[in-house]
Amino acid sequence: MTIERYITIDGEIVHFGAGQTILQAALAAGVFIPHLCFHPDFGPHASCKLCTVTVDGRNGSACATPAMPGQEVHSDTPELNARRRVLLQMLFVEGNHFCPGCAKSGNCKLQALGYELEMFNAHYAHFYPNRGLDASHPDILLDRNRCIMCELCVRASRDVDGKSVFALAGRGRASHLVINSPSGKLGETEFALSDKAAHVCPVGAIMPKRVGYSVPIGERQFDHDSLRQKVKKHTEWRSSGEERDGATKELVNGSVAVNSVKEG
Amino acid sequence: MATAAQNTTPRKLRVATTSLAGCFGCHMSLLDIDERIIDLAKLVEFDRSPINDIKHCGPCDIGIIEGAVCNAENVHVLHEFRANCKILIACGACAVNGGLPAQRNHLDVAEILKHVYGDLDGKPSAPNDPELPLLLDKVRPLNEVVRIDYFIPGCPPSGDTIWKYVTDLISGNNPRLSFELLRYD
Repeated sequence: MTIERYITIDGEIVHFGAGQTILQAALAAGVFIPHLCFHPDFGPHASCKLCTVTVDGRNGSACATPAMPGQEVHSDTPELNARRRVLLQMLFVEGNHFCPGCAKSGNCKLQALGYELEMFNAHYAHFYPNRGLDASHPDILLDRNRCIMCELCVRASRDVDGKSVFALAGRGRASHLVINSPSGKLGETEFALSDKAAHVCPVGAIMPKRVGYSVPIGERQFDHDSLRQKVKKHTEWRSSGEERDGATKELVNGSVAVNSVKEG
Repeated sequence: MATAAQNTTPRKLRVATTSLAGCFGCHMSLLDIDERIIDLAKLVEFDRSPINDIKHCGPCDIGIIEGAVCNAENVHVLHEFRANCKILIACGACAVNGGLPAQRNHLDVAEILKHVYGDLDGKPSAPNDPELPLLLDKVRPLNEVVRIDYFIPGCPPSGDTIWKYVTDLISGNNPRLSFELLRYD
């Protein structure tokens, strides 16, 4: 007797491969579950909690919960979306997220999730922290004001680039991104534009210099397609076998993820 | 008959608008509803607004406010609107999260004034007229000063966005914006 490998997400049957998590299976099937700190090239981090789903009556992170046959998963429910919106609002007030003046606007996953979850304001009192800029690197600008501490750059620099340029220091409200150099400046490290860590930031914290508005506002990734539509389209491309430019499609472990969409 | 007809015609809603620490971009966007303003005028009449230059707000149904709260006068105007309007809408990025004016929030106000106006002959030359409203130490979005009922993000929200939101509201629906209309930039 064989056990069929599928789960249901909001009533829809989703097949999964050996070792896949719920989020990986969902994305491979074109089912959108909101997420920020997940990237298909890295193991689960489960820190942003936006991918929280209800699995057989219990809440858990879809990125860290292995898919098991027969699981009944609920994701797109008013209750879960309301909680996700609260998580987003807390991320927005904790940093300095001013979309009109940010070169990442339109390519930003935090912003795109705000649209997706119909966030109209940040609700809570803003911290307006003063985290400072680091413009010491010739090719890359680091703006800590926009950092959401997803540790994608930390993971990429450590696990892929082998440079360990970034780390998180401090606890709770005092958490902040630190740089592995004597002065704490990015310019003193071996960080390069070709590094993986330079291209995984879901927000506008790590930005390549001199290309800020080369793609104008209105023609950016999420200006016409929502995150949900993007995930669906990527899966359609994959299943149609159609060759696409590697810059707009990246498939790892049979899954597509929001963070794998690179800037054009 | 005339009396009956009058009774069935709903009274016009009174709408007040103002700009606090804003650039009037949201008011420009409001005017971007173009000829739909004729339809709107059948449903609403304007109280205090930069459009008609009425200086103070009477009892209103809806108050639309652009701009953040950056000085003492902004606080007074905001309180006047809250006291008079049944529904207050924060319109645009500054009103919603502080926006551009809030970029000074990590700086000390006294230092800013010194830096901007400079010192003349060793004397501080920042304007000090009692008629000038004092700056707040931090720029705040509206909902950190008074209760706000609705929020329209965008810098500025497009005319279509404002139209959809306000018409949803005055037709008694919970306002919603489609993906195309909901923008933070």
